[in-house]
Amino acid sequence: MGLEQFLAEDKPALSKAWFDLILGTYPPETSALLQKDKNQFSNPVGYTLSESISGIIDEMLGDFDREKVLPLVDKVVRVRAIQDFSPAQAVGFVFLLKKIVRNRVEVGIREKRVSPSEVLAFESKIDELALMAFNVYAGCREKLYELRVNEVKNRTFRLLQRASLIAEIPEHDTQLKNGQDSIT
Amino acid sequence: MAKVPKPNELVFDYNVPQKWWMDTKPEFKPGTWCYPGKAKNLEVLGLPNPREWSPLDEDWKLPSNWKEIIFEGMRDCLNKYRSLRVFMDICVRCGACSDKCHFYIGSGDPKNMPVLRAELLRSVYRKDFTLAGKIMGRIAGARELNEEVIKEWFYYFFQCTECRRCSLFCPYGIDQAEITIIGRELLNLLGVNIDWVVGPAANCYLNGNHLGIQPHAFKDMIEFFVEEIEAVNGVRIEPTFNRKGAEVLFITPSGDVFADPGTYTLMGYLMLFHEIGLDYTWSTYASEGGNFGLFTNNDTLKKLNAKMYAEAERLGVKYIIGGECGHMWRVIQQYMDTMNGPADFLEVPKSPITGTVFDNAKSTKMIHIVEFTADLIRNGKLKLDPSRNDHLRVTYHDSCNTSRGMGFFDEPRYVIENVCNNFWDMPPNCIREQTFCCGSGSGLNTDEFMEMRMRGGLPRANAVKYVHDKHDVNMLSTICAIDRAVLTPLMNYWVPGVDVTGVHEMVGNAIVMEGEGERTTDLRGNPLEGMEDLSDEDL
Repeated sequence: MGLEQFLAEDKPALSKAWFDLILGTYPPETSALLQKDKNQFSNPVGYTLSESISGIIDEMLGDFDREKVLPLVDKVVRVRAIQDFSPAQAVGFVFLLKKIVRNRVEVGIREKRVSPSEVLAFESKIDELALMAFNVYAGCREKLYELRVNEVKNRTFRLLQRASLIAEIPEHDTQLKNGQDSIT
Repeated sequence: MAKVPKPNELVFDYNVPQKWWMDTKPEFKPGTWCYPGKAKNLEVLGLPNPREWSPLDEDWKLPSNWKEIIFEGMRDCLNKYRSLRVFMDICVRCGACSDKCHFYIGSGDPKNMPVLRAELLRSVYRKDFTLAGKIMGRIAGARELNEEVIKEWFYYFFQCTECRRCSLFCPYGIDQAEITIIGRELLNLLGVNIDWVVGPAANCYLNGNHLGIQPHAFKDMIEFFVEEIEAVNGVRIEPTFNRKGAEVLFITPSGDVFADPGTYTLMGYLMLFHEIGLDYTWSTYASEGGNFGLFTNNDTLKKLNAKMYAEAERLGVKYIIGGECGHMWRVIQQYMDTMNGPADFLEVPKSPITGTVFDNAKSTKMIHIVEFTADLIRNGKLKLDPSRNDHLRVTYHDSCNTSRGMGFFDEPRYVIENVCNNFWDMPPNCIREQTFCCGSGSGLNTDEFMEMRMRGGLPRANAVKYVHDKHDVNMLSTICAIDRAVLTPLMNYWVPGVDVTGVHEMVGNAIVMEGEGERTTDLRGNPLEGMEDLSDEDL
């Protein structure tokens, strides 16, 4: 756990560096706003990013409990999945963490407090995080199209049904209720 | 060993282009724009330049003298609406509005900042209508009108829901919604509109409602709900249609007639009116409370609004009660009186049950069903069993138009608190006059716009998530038909586990009706609290 301990020495700075790089993926006016306003409701995107990232860092430097990490990744990706990003940009924020860690561990490696194999192991965790983000992203986009399809289906189906223009095959339960025999 | 890349080589380029706003152009990506108005719908409404076109085309087939048309239109609007001239001149670009827009908060696109959206129009105004702009051009924030500007207007004026949250924070009170309204009015002069607006407006003009439901089908649908109610509590309701001499004409958005969950709200109206014995009628001609003319142009707005009053006059009713709708009330409260009012042939609404006179509607003669119901409850005229909504843990979304458009904050909450036992408001900076928009209003509630709708609805959903996590809220109530339709997918994406209801659906659940049998389910067929086993056996 040498690397994790080494990075944990300045955990807030690590979170902030990652947060700042993510903000850099937004236009300058927007990144200023995302950073400035700390209110959970007037700045939901900034708040969600900052809270989730700090939670992910805690897990990355701690037990890496996947059940705790996934909802945090979900919060970030759910937002980026519907913003003006390509799929790679939407999930690529995870790899920004590699950039930060590599910069930081240079000193640790030089001082022999961190071994290169620990860096590789930590990067594997980041890779796993990226795959989680990819799963969430795909789920969000599927959901988006499912919502579209449902909206179109409901629009026409309910109308036809209400206007008595279609005959529905009764549910099995309803037949029982009415004491009807099954068709066969 | 393979070469390990340096940190900087590892991550692809994230840099955002640093250009001035005048030099960035919108990219028409799927999900961020709505399909254009079909020629046949423009023809029905008598709108100019009907044609088939797409925003993805290079050539938008604008009329050859389109520039002249826009300048003439701007001149006309500036002369007609003094407010517009003030809004164009007075903005000091302080930025108070910039982070108040739900689309900006959700998308992060700077041109969704209200100040910048207004600047799209203001820059053209400066160039051609102010001396400073004529002489100094860009330095004075002025720019030439060209086709790219029209495309940008289309993109961003149809990414504004006219919710007016930004206006609340403007120290000068600039009404950004009216800037968008004028922007769309100007675009309409060139035949640039979206089909989700002109389609419903054309249908409403021809058939009386947005979907073009014909009179017999409209009647069939209401009767379908009569059967549904009878199945829930055994009470048979007999609504009347186009009945001359009724005291009240009831008009609701057609969304309540055909789209779940609004349909359950409509069942609530039917039950309430039956129980108090209100002498009212439905109209199969004025069968739409919504008015998509508001999102088209002034002329269409006026035409569609006039239809409701023409029908009220034809039927000889005393006044109109309107259902749970958002923008209908913006039109009635703010524009009806100067467009088609005063409605002198009607009487000032007076509740036949309580005797309350609704002086607030002295001129328009139209009251909101929620104020009517709140008055009934206040006077003890309804027998209510709020425990029938105990399976619901409720919060309330103030619709932009009823809250910021007419100051309607307490009546809905009063009704909700009388018909259900579990109610939690969202945090103060997300409700009442500061309410966040659903993200799909002003005719943007179409499926092809889903991605942008999820961006616009993000701040609202975020606040709902808070009460969902904290109080286990599972029901979002609202008094707007568009809200009822669009908050459902919004919740599905952002806060699964929260459903959407109209306030009168909960009234319908709670109202104890004369001669009713024991209820085991709510209006949706879900078992009431403590009745889970009974309703299973019932099946």
